[in-house]
Amino acid sequence: MTPRVTFAVAGRVLTQLRRDHRTAAMLLVLPCLLISLMWWMFEDSLGEPFDRFGPALLAMFPFIVMFLVTSVTTLRERSSGTLERLLAMPMGKLDFLLGYAIAFGLVAALQALIAVGVSVGLLGLEIEGSVWLLGLVAVADAVLGSALGLFVSAFAQTEFQAVQFLPAIVFPQILLCGLFVPRDTLPEALSAASDVLPLSYAVDAMTHLTRGTSTSDVWVDLAVVAAFAVAALALGAATLRRRTP
Amino acid sequence: MMKNVVEVRNLTVVRSGRPVLDGLDLEIGPGVTGLLGPSGCGKSTLLRSIVGVQQVAGGEVSVLGEPAGSAPLRKRIGYVTQAASVYDDLTVTENLRFFARVLGCPDDEVAKAVEAVDLGTHKDAVVGRLSGGQRSRASLAVALLASPDLLVLDEPTVGLDPVLRRDLWRLFHELADGGAAVLVSSHVMDEAERCDQLLLMRDGAILAQDSPEAIKTKAQADDVESAFLKLVEAAA
Repeated sequence: MTPRVTFAVAGRVLTQLRRDHRTAAMLLVLPCLLISLMWWMFEDSLGEPFDRFGPALLAMFPFIVMFLVTSVTTLRERSSGTLERLLAMPMGKLDFLLGYAIAFGLVAALQALIAVGVSVGLLGLEIEGSVWLLGLVAVADAVLGSALGLFVSAFAQTEFQAVQFLPAIVFPQILLCGLFVPRDTLPEALSAASDVLPLSYAVDAMTHLTRGTSTSDVWVDLAVVAAFAVAALALGAATLRRRTP
Repeated sequence: MMKNVVEVRNLTVVRSGRPVLDGLDLEIGPGVTGLLGPSGCGKSTLLRSIVGVQQVAGGEVSVLGEPAGSAPLRKRIGYVTQAASVYDDLTVTENLRFFARVLGCPDDEVAKAVEAVDLGTHKDAVVGRLSGGQRSRASLAVALLASPDLLVLDEPTVGLDPVLRRDLWRLFHELADGGAAVLVSSHVMDEAERCDQLLLMRDGAILAQDSPEAIKTKAQADDVESAFLKLVEAAA
């Protein structure tokens, strides 16, 4: 691994994103719009507290968006021949993966900053714990999404197929993460399933941060999310082959 | 005898159960070597094996004295795939600067590579908006970075304007004069005359390897295309 190469990849990915105004705007604005929509639906019409699902939304968006963006961009690298060219050059697989993780981690941090700003400033979400730690959870969550997206891109031949992994890999995690039914009231089998899905821990971490000032539970959840991200990156690295058929 | 840049011994590549290359033996020396043969005869597979990105079923490929695909070679080979492997949403300069950083070569190589492929007037244009020929030249420029000892170019002149094609062949010879070995594939037989050495390929096998003159004399043909036909008939 060479830091020069890692940062070259990260810088390039950010330049590409900056050039694509529409994607950049969607990445930053869309989560806020959707969070506002949920607030409007629940708090304004049902009178349910936004605090119940606000944290889950903050955990969901970085994960979903980064999964989608990474699976499509890396698939494009695989099919356009740029990945083959890079792997024929003195580039470590980790340089490639970490470069992507750094770039999308930065975007996720910015996205979280805006989403938290809107949730707290405009929609009245109360955060008892540290906002910085909240940002850190969002970044870990985004890196997890990127790593998983990178991994699944190896199993898709077209961008069309890559997008189909969203309902396959991400939706079950959204359904079981505690947003719709609290995790401890789920049927036993589903509760066990939610215990092995990483998004559950990201949502738990966000919930702890909004409800209390104790950080010990948050660190445990964060460690679980980070461990999943590292495992997904390792799996992603295994799918990057210098020699292909 | 001059030292070989590439040595291929008994190379076998199998793809979806079918042998694409079957026990290939060949040597490539300095200068400009043309790999000529019809589409689908295994040219790209052979080039990929030399660069070290092809899964091979058997045999040995050594490049500059090292096994193909080994780490020390990654900086010494410039490789251009058939499709332009550059980022469409970056400018020519941004693409080159990125690859230069990956290779660890100074930024002034970028300007030199842009000049070499004559893209100076388009250096700040986004690659996706360039013509097909300009995009493939941008891809070629990436391969020129870091002054590689071996250039492997998969059909770099396809679809280009004749003037540009002539200029590129001139560039290949300049690079060869500068000490790099240049391996160029093409399915257009009339490019054969521009090469120092030829490898004629058909159905995953090498029909002949020699200079264009020697091949024509041996086959008693006026041009390389007729020589190719005679060799195919003789082999049948």
